[in-house]
Amino acid sequence: MLPERVIAIFLFLCSFLSILITIGIVAVLLFEAISFFGEVSFLEFITGTRWTPLFSSKQFGVLALVAGTTLTAVLAMAVALPLGLLSAIYLSEYAPRKVRSTVKPTLEILAGIPTVVYGYFALLFVTPLLRGISEDIAVFNALSAAVVMGVMILPMVSSLSEDAMRAVPRTLREGAYALGSTKMEVSIFVVVPAALSGIASAFILAVSRAIGETMIVTIAAGQNPRFTLNPFVPIETMTAYIVQVSQGDTPAGSIEFKTIFAVALLLFVITLAMNLLSQYVVGRFREEYD
Amino acid sequence: MAVISQTDFQKGKARRKWMGRAFHGLCLLSVGIALTMLAVLLVYLLIQGTTRINWSFLTSFASRHPDQAGIKAAMFGSIYVVIIAGVVAFTLGVATALYLEEYAARSKFARLAKINIANLAGVPSIVYGILGLEIFVRSLYLGKSVLAGGFTLALLVLPIVIVAASEAIQAVPPSLREGAYALGATRWQVVWRMVIPQAMPGIMTGVILAVSRALGETAPLIAMGALTFVPFTPDSPFSRFTVLPIQIFNWTSRPQEGFQEAAAAGIIVLLVVLLVMNAGAVILRARFQNKWEG
Amino acid sequence: MQDLDPILQARDLSVYYDTKKVVTDVNLDVARNRITSIIGPSGSGKSTLLRCFNRMNDLIPSARVEGQVLFDGLDLYGHNVDPTEIRYLIGMVFQRPNPFPKSIYDNVAFGPRINGFKGDIDELVERSLRRAALWDEVKDRLKTSGLSLSGGQQQRLCIARALAVEPSVILMDEPCSALDPIATLAIEELMHELSEDYSIIIVTHNMQQAARVSHYTAFLMVEEARVGFMVEFGESRKIFTNPEDERTEAYITGRFG
Repeated sequence: MLPERVIAIFLFLCSFLSILITIGIVAVLLFEAISFFGEVSFLEFITGTRWTPLFSSKQFGVLALVAGTTLTAVLAMAVALPLGLLSAIYLSEYAPRKVRSTVKPTLEILAGIPTVVYGYFALLFVTPLLRGISEDIAVFNALSAAVVMGVMILPMVSSLSEDAMRAVPRTLREGAYALGSTKMEVSIFVVVPAALSGIASAFILAVSRAIGETMIVTIAAGQNPRFTLNPFVPIETMTAYIVQVSQGDTPAGSIEFKTIFAVALLLFVITLAMNLLSQYVVGRFREEYD
Repeated sequence: MAVISQTDFQKGKARRKWMGRAFHGLCLLSVGIALTMLAVLLVYLLIQGTTRINWSFLTSFASRHPDQAGIKAAMFGSIYVVIIAGVVAFTLGVATALYLEEYAARSKFARLAKINIANLAGVPSIVYGILGLEIFVRSLYLGKSVLAGGFTLALLVLPIVIVAASEAIQAVPPSLREGAYALGATRWQVVWRMVIPQAMPGIMTGVILAVSRALGETAPLIAMGALTFVPFTPDSPFSRFTVLPIQIFNWTSRPQEGFQEAAAAGIIVLLVVLLVMNAGAVILRARFQNKWEG
Repeated sequence: MQDLDPILQARDLSVYYDTKKVVTDVNLDVARNRITSIIGPSGSGKSTLLRCFNRMNDLIPSARVEGQVLFDGLDLYGHNVDPTEIRYLIGMVFQRPNPFPKSIYDNVAFGPRINGFKGDIDELVERSLRRAALWDEVKDRLKTSGLSLSGGQQQRLCIARALAVEPSVILMDEPCSALDPIATLAIEELMHELSEDYSIIIVTHNMQQAARVSHYTAFLMVEEARVGFMVEFGESRKIFTNPEDERTEAYITGRFG
C-alpha cells in the first residue's frame, strides 16, 4: 500500500494536467502567433480580405477565412436551429413516451457519426443533388457543406433544448392549460420562454461547434479563401485552411507555417468566447423554480 | 359575464385548432427530416460501399489502383492510436475525477478545474492537433508517431472521461463511504475498495464514448502530421502511421469513382466498429442503472 | 339538498390510472355562486376528482374517466366537447403558486390574449388584479417578473390570472398549502368575496379552512376495497357539527387521516 500522501499528490498532478492543457494551448498558439505578427501587421491580418499566404504574392487578410467560417456556420444554424428546436418541442411536448425513448437515441446517432463521413456525404451525395437543381452551384460550395453540418449539429440543439424544456415544471404547463391553452400555445408561449436560457446556451454551443468543425468543410466547401457570402462558390474556412497547410510540406518556421497558429489562435478565442457565453447564459438567465 | 365575446372566441378557436394541428405537423416533419437524413446517409453508404467490402479490402495496403486498395495500415494505425488514447485518457481522467470529487471536492481548485474542463470540451479538435504537433512531435521529439497521435487524441477526449467519471463517482451513495470510514479505512482504501468498483460501469461507459470519439477523429491527426499514404503497419510506438478516417478522407478527395467506393467501404467498417462500441456502452449503462434503481 | 342550484354535477364519476381505480362512483352537485369544499385523507382522490371538472386529467396519458360531469346540463365528457374550451370556462388555481416566468402584467394578460380578447387589455389586467386584491401591491411594478413576488402574492397573481378570462367556476387545489397563515387568511377572505360572482370548488386537507370558507362540503375516503368514494355531502355547517356518517365524524374529530 502506497502512503496516502503520495497517492494524493499523484491525483492532484493528474488533475492539474487538465489546467496545463489549457495553458499549453494558449502558450503554443501565442508563441508562434507572436512570431507571426512580428512579420505581418496585426491590422492587416484582422482587416484584410485577401488571404494568399501560399502564393508568391502573399496577403494575410484573415477576413477571407472568417467569411467562409461565418457563411458555413450561419447556414448550418439555419438548418439546425429550426429543425432542432421543433424536434425538441416534439420530443418534449408531443411525443408519447415510447416514441421519445426510441427517437431521441436514434437522433443522437447523428451526433456520433464521424465528421469525415459527413464530408463524404456532402461532397458525393448532397452536392450532386444541389447541382441537379441549379447549374450555378460549383462542385465545392459552402451550401452543401453547411446543410450537412446543420444535420450533424441538429441532435446537439435538440437534445440540449429538450433537456431544458423537460426541466420546466409540469405545474407551469398545467397553469397554461387551465386557462384554455392549446398544446401549441403551451409549448410556444410557456415552455419555450421558460426554457429559453437552456435553449440559448444550446444554440451558442452549436454555433461554436459549427465554427470549429473541420472535415465537412475541408472536403466539401473548397480551398479558395474568398471574402463572400455567396453559398454557391468554393470558399475556405479557418479550419479547412489549417488542414490544407498541415497536409502540405510547409517547413516549420516559415511564414506559411506560422499562419496556422495565428488562424488557430483566432479560432480558439472565438470558440472560447462562445463557450463562456453559453455557460454565462445558463447561469445568469435561468429562472429559479423550486 | 364573459369578457371575450362568443363570436371572437369561436372565430379564434377554429384558427387556434387549425394552427395547433399545423404546428404539430411541423414538429413531426422536423423529426422526420432528421431521421430521413440519417436513413439516406446510411443507405447511400451501403449502396456505395458494400460491394467493395471483402477480405482483401481488410488485409491490403493502400494502393494507386482503386480496386486493389485496402485498409490494413489504416486499421492497425487506428487500433494502436485509439488504444494508447484510451489507456492514457482513462488513467488521467479517472485520477482527475477522483481528485476533484473525493479529495478536493468543493474547493476553489476543483471549481476552477471544472470550468476549465467544460471549456476544454468545447475547443475545436483541430486545435488539439496543433497542440500535439508542437508538444509531442516537436518539443518531446516523439515525431509524427503512433505515440504522439495517441497522446494527442488522449488530450482531446480527456474531458469526456473526466465528466463521465465525475458523474459516476458522485452517484456512489455517501452511506457506503461513511460505512467504510466508520470502520477505520483510510481515504485511499475507501476510494480503492468502495468508490472505484461502484463507479466502474459509469467510468467505462465514458471511456467507450471517448474511444469512439477518438476513433472517428480526422482533423487533429492531420494537423499533427499523420501520413495519408502508408504501405506498412506500425511496428513500434515510434512508427509513422495513418488512421481509418484519414484514409477515408484521402480516398474521398480522389476523383476516381473506385476510390470513392473504397471510401464508402472504409466508412462502413468504421461505423460498424463504432456501432459495436456504442452498443457496449448502452449495455453497460443499462446495467449501471439497474444496479441502483433495482 | 333539493333546493341546491347546481352548476356542475358529477354522475357516477370514476377515474382510473391504468387499471387502478382512484375515484369511485362519485355523485356530487356543485352549487352556483357558492363555495364547495372537498375534504378527505391523502390518497382519497380529492385532487383527481377536482381535475375531472376541467378535464385536466386528459393531460395524464394513463388516466381514464368514466361517468358524466354535467356543466349546466352539458356533459363535459361528451362527444365534440373541446377540453380547451372547458378550461377556458372553468378556471383553476393550483397547490403551489405557478406564475409563468413572465411579467406580472403578462401573467394576467395571458388567458385573454390567447382566447381572443379584443377590448382594453390594460383595463382588464387592472380589474383582475383588483379583484384578486393584489392591485395596490403591484400597480407600480407590473413589468417585473411574477416570480419576484412573495408566495402569497404569487398565489393571488394566479387567482387574478384565472379571473382575467372571467370563468364561471374556479377550481382551487389546496391553494393555501404552500402559504403562511397570514397569506392563507388573505386568500380565504378573497374566496369569500369571489363567491358572490363565481362558483368555487376548493380541495383542502385543512378542515378548519373547509369549515370557515365553504357553504357545502364533500367528504371523500379511502378504504382497502375502495379508493376515492364519497362518504357524505351536505352543508358545511351540518357536516362539521352533526355529520350523519360515523366515518365523517371520526375524520373531522381527527381520529384518522
